[in-house]
Amino acid sequence: MPDLHEISLIVNGVVREVTVPARRLLSDCLRHDLGLTGTHVGCEHGVCGACTILLDGEPARSCLTLAVTAAGHEITTVEGLAGDDGPSAVQRAFRECHGLQCGFCTPGFLCTATALLRENPAPTDEEVVEGLSGNLCRCTGYQNIVKSVHRAAELLAEES
Amino acid sequence: MGASVLRPDGALKVSGEFAYSSDLWLDGMLWGATLRSPHPSAWIRSIDIGPALAMPGVYAVLTHEDVPGEKFYGLENKDQPVLAIDQVRYQGEPVALVAADHPETARRAADAIVVTYGEREAVTDPRVALERRMLVRHQPVRVGSTFSADVVVTGEYEVGMQDQAFLGPESGLAVPAEDGGVDLYIATQWLHVDQGQVAPCLGLPPEKVRLTLAGVGGAFGAREDLSMQIHASMLALRTGKPVKMVYGREESFFGHVHRHPAWMRYEHGATLDGRLVYVKAEILLDGGAYTSSSPAVVGNAASLGVGPYEVDNVHIDAYGTFTNNPPCGAMRGFGAVQACYAYESQMDRLAAACGLTPVEIRIRNAVSQGSRLATGQVVDTPAPLAEMLRDLDAMPLPESVSRDLRDLPGGVGQTTHGDGVRRGVGYGVGIKNICFSEGFDDYSTARVRVELLGGEPHVLVHTAAAEVGQGLVIIQAQIARTELGIDHVTVAPADTQVGSSGSSSASRQSYVTGGAVKTACEAVRERIEKDGRPLEVILQDGPIEETREYRHRRTFPMDPVTGQGDSHTQLALCVHRAVVDVDVELGLVKVVELAAVQDVGKILNPLALEGQIHGGTAQGLGLALMEEIQVRDGKVLNPSFTDYLIPTILDMPPMQLKILENPDPNAPYGLRGAGEPPTLSSTPAIAAAVRNATGLPLSRVPIRPQDIALA
Repeated sequence: MPDLHEISLIVNGVVREVTVPARRLLSDCLRHDLGLTGTHVGCEHGVCGACTILLDGEPARSCLTLAVTAAGHEITTVEGLAGDDGPSAVQRAFRECHGLQCGFCTPGFLCTATALLRENPAPTDEEVVEGLSGNLCRCTGYQNIVKSVHRAAELLAEES
Repeated sequence: MGASVLRPDGALKVSGEFAYSSDLWLDGMLWGATLRSPHPSAWIRSIDIGPALAMPGVYAVLTHEDVPGEKFYGLENKDQPVLAIDQVRYQGEPVALVAADHPETARRAADAIVVTYGEREAVTDPRVALERRMLVRHQPVRVGSTFSADVVVTGEYEVGMQDQAFLGPESGLAVPAEDGGVDLYIATQWLHVDQGQVAPCLGLPPEKVRLTLAGVGGAFGAREDLSMQIHASMLALRTGKPVKMVYGREESFFGHVHRHPAWMRYEHGATLDGRLVYVKAEILLDGGAYTSSSPAVVGNAASLGVGPYEVDNVHIDAYGTFTNNPPCGAMRGFGAVQACYAYESQMDRLAAACGLTPVEIRIRNAVSQGSRLATGQVVDTPAPLAEMLRDLDAMPLPESVSRDLRDLPGGVGQTTHGDGVRRGVGYGVGIKNICFSEGFDDYSTARVRVELLGGEPHVLVHTAAAEVGQGLVIIQAQIARTELGIDHVTVAPADTQVGSSGSSSASRQSYVTGGAVKTACEAVRERIEKDGRPLEVILQDGPIEETREYRHRRTFPMDPVTGQGDSHTQLALCVHRAVVDVDVELGLVKVVELAAVQDVGKILNPLALEGQIHGGTAQGLGLALMEEIQVRDGKVLNPSFTDYLIPTILDMPPMQLKILENPDPNAPYGLRGAGEPPTLSSTPAIAAAVRNATGLPLSRVPIRPQDIALA
């Protein structure tokens, strides 16, 4: 058996203790060890972006991150995007604007868009497209994803 | 009906709670892994499973000898072995299976199986296969006898092998049942055709193989054939434990069929004023190692091989070959895509030869209601192609080439300052058959139940139709609400506890399953009306439930010699205009805008419909410019998303859409299937735009940078 490491991760605001081998991927740790299957794995090498999570608020590919390197850091997965009063503005906008079909890529887009809008609350079309260019979607042709991000910006502006 | 009702699964899909097949979990479950052939063609001299079985954590290692029932399966022809028997016919063919307590253990155990192969000649050139008559189907079309004309244009065209590249790789969970059967939770397109193939191979009656649809991460044809359904079930039955299988991306490229690559030779003859006199074509589609759905794909290529144009003299030979290349089968557009790229390329050549615009040549030859297709079938419903082309032409064009470097081909790579960038505009037209064709008994079943819950009437709609992302769950609920006037509608999970709904393919589910739900609702409504009492009172006696099958108009086989026959039940049209900027020195293409006009008969849900047109268009863009499984000597060179490129948000331009509603009186609500037609027409439109920008013939898609820069 390989050496195991006891680490604690702060996942969606909750401290979670896990014991993992050094090379356990963060995506596998979240999905298999912690049962958070909302983080999806589409390509296993950082291209498709379905596994995107927020690591200390910044989008990161959980399929390219070792769980041990995230020890002590704050991780937000799609399950942690909603607030006490329900789904986040980004989540509501993707649903309302039909920014998803099969939905497999959606958690990655939601995390990426959440970070994008935090940095830039009123992005232009170009900035949305640039900001989401690291996430693949095979169903939507992206048109409604662009709309969803603009709609989320509106919702966030209304809430603030 | 007609409103943009939100998807009922949307809330779970944005919260991360929607359970995809890869997310399923049972305590004590095992993980399955597949050992696949590294060779495109070889004898299997021996298989030694000993080293794998000896590994701690391994519960079972299975080969073809362990297949409990029939050893072969297939959609149209049972020619594919569940596990290879004595020989392999393509790279990636499953040879052995492992179940272990951890996915890594299973993978390593699979690698520990020792297979001795004797490599042999692989036939990988479909032209050689054609010479040797290794054919899955040859379908001719023969009409008329005039094959000379004042204007003649010829061309040879190629289409690369495209992958469906859904984002959620193949996965499923097989659970052994107390009755000796198996419960399979699976991402698929057609539960009952899976059941019909899985059960005989397990040696079980169909009722002991119960399938439930798990969350599907996209499909696009790739889930019509079986992947791990029989394998996971075999492992579960052998070990007595639940077995989960999840393919990785690389394995996914080997685990499903692809779009047939095509080699096509066309000759179009026309009058001086651009009216078609004849079309001759040879269409060669490589089906790879096994039959899959190749016969139907070849049928589509033949019957739709001249496109939506009136022409009295047609001579087509469409062939599907067997080779040692990866098996090819269903992908969105299904045989109509390849021919469309070729005949639309030809229409542009003809336009140039006749001194007409691309729009004018198409309008002059466009089919309309009453036209006769090459198969002799009369287009008996609205087909306003000329009007669609005029609408498309009238849409405003985007501004001229941008001065912003980020908008130029190459983008932030700043490969150009705009010198060498040329603008091009191109048009494409496509015609797609909706629903299954050529005499297939194509139907769907719906069970609709109305009952009192908390004192209020609720509707439960139960079908086996697969929601694969397209939005069928919304349409089913909308139909029930419309027909019954009851707000509370739930669509039950799809499973095999109700009759077949057929496949979520051929753009057919709104039509056929929509029709079944509508018909079952009408039967419920009839009972309510007959009773006469208020609904709440009737329901106090108990629920009302009706199950109905729905069939579309009968279709007929194509004549094997002449190709004649009313082979299709519905035809759908889409037209695209593409605007591109091309860096002619570097061969980089940026699609600036895509505009489309599609006639859908009746809009059921605008949001979902537009989503289908956007998504279909994007897949056509991928085929035009970047998507190709590169196969050399039968081996796939790029089975990853690093090397197989699909369009990103930066590649996909803004779209203008115009949607027409000319109803088809034969279809429920007059609707026309909508998912596939945009995938046909966007590819030739983009290719034509790149030709327009570069002046190059570009007779192959995807158009690679070197095709432009080194031309």
